[in-house]
Amino acid sequence: MAMKRKHKRLTFVIVAMALVGVATGLVLYALGDGVSLFHSPTDIVTKAPDPNQSLRLGGLVEEGSVQRAEGSSSVHFRVTDLENSVDVVYEGLLPDLFREGQGIVTTGKVVNGTFIAEEVLAKHDENYMPPEAVDALKKSGQWQGDAQNANTGAAK
Amino acid sequence: MHRFANPTRFLKIAAAVQPWMAGLTIILFGTGLYMAFFTAPPDYQQGESIRIMYVHVPAAWMGMFCYAAMAVASAVALIWKHPLADVAAKATAPVGAAFTFLSLATGSLWGKPMWGTWWVWDARLTSMLILLFLYIGYMALQGAFDDRTRGAKASAVLALVGAVNLPIIKFSVDWWNTLHQTSSFMKQGGPSMPPEMWIPAVVMAVAFKTYYVWVLLVRIRQELTANKVRILRLKQVHGG
Repeated sequence: MAMKRKHKRLTFVIVAMALVGVATGLVLYALGDGVSLFHSPTDIVTKAPDPNQSLRLGGLVEEGSVQRAEGSSSVHFRVTDLENSVDVVYEGLLPDLFREGQGIVTTGKVVNGTFIAEEVLAKHDENYMPPEAVDALKKSGQWQGDAQNANTGAAK
Repeated sequence: MHRFANPTRFLKIAAAVQPWMAGLTIILFGTGLYMAFFTAPPDYQQGESIRIMYVHVPAAWMGMFCYAAMAVASAVALIWKHPLADVAAKATAPVGAAFTFLSLATGSLWGKPMWGTWWVWDARLTSMLILLFLYIGYMALQGAFDDRTRGAKASAVLALVGAVNLPIIKFSVDWWNTLHQTSSFMKQGGPSMPPEMWIPAVVMAVAFKTYYVWVLLVRIRQELTANKVRILRLKQVHGG
């Protein structure tokens, strides 16, 4: 009798856990991209969001696209997911990691196809390396720049 | 399994193992911290800030490890009514909560100079914050009933339901766009950093685990003693 009760409880826990798991899975599936922190440049280009709606854009700072206006802290650059890219204007201090080829996430609004940024955050990739190793790679010509670390998730 | 289930036998073994765990923790923690601060090289992008990672990553692992342990112990307590499982789950919660908080705090300190913000509501950070709330809820629920066994049962159910958050934390960086980077350690082809960087992190992770076993033994022993005292008091009251 005691054994039977244990079995009942075991079955109950397993079934309940499975149901909770399925329910959570369905909720997350329904939320879908809503859970994602940012939109890719392709999303912005194809969906043309409402200019009054604040949103986040994530991707790589396109090589050779950064232009700083003289005499002001205004910066122009393009954010790309290697398929599409979006013009971004930002006024303010950029994080230390900001540079061409770097993954960033920026908050702002899309006005006439240009992203007016209010905040720019730098993304860090999962690759860590001592400075000497980078120098050695650069010397031997095997350094592929920051593009090798281009895992921003935006290209997915 | 049932040989260790006996609390008297368990107490004997625990008393013998505890000093070893304490010693191991001190040695490993000292070694890990020394490596993190002195032998590990700076990073080419983060500079010296990478040293935060040696506390942050092992602490985050601990937060998840302790929750998994707590959920398993809760299941054993619910299904097999094991007297020690309940005590073990209860003893695990504050340790897990402390390490989860530590990982959130150190992550925030790293985020400000690297990302440019203390906090962002991305899937990884949010699911980790939910983990902290689950721990706090678990501990609060335990004390919310006059009847201790009801409190234990309710909190065990919460621990099990909350376990769905563990895979969400782990895979949040793969399933959705997040500011948080993907895992540097558990990936195909090994860690994406040289050994002089990942070894200190692993040493710290092992030190945290032995610390957990140490604290767990202390707390289980203390809890079993407190139970004995409670039973004696009840006997006194009912006898007198």
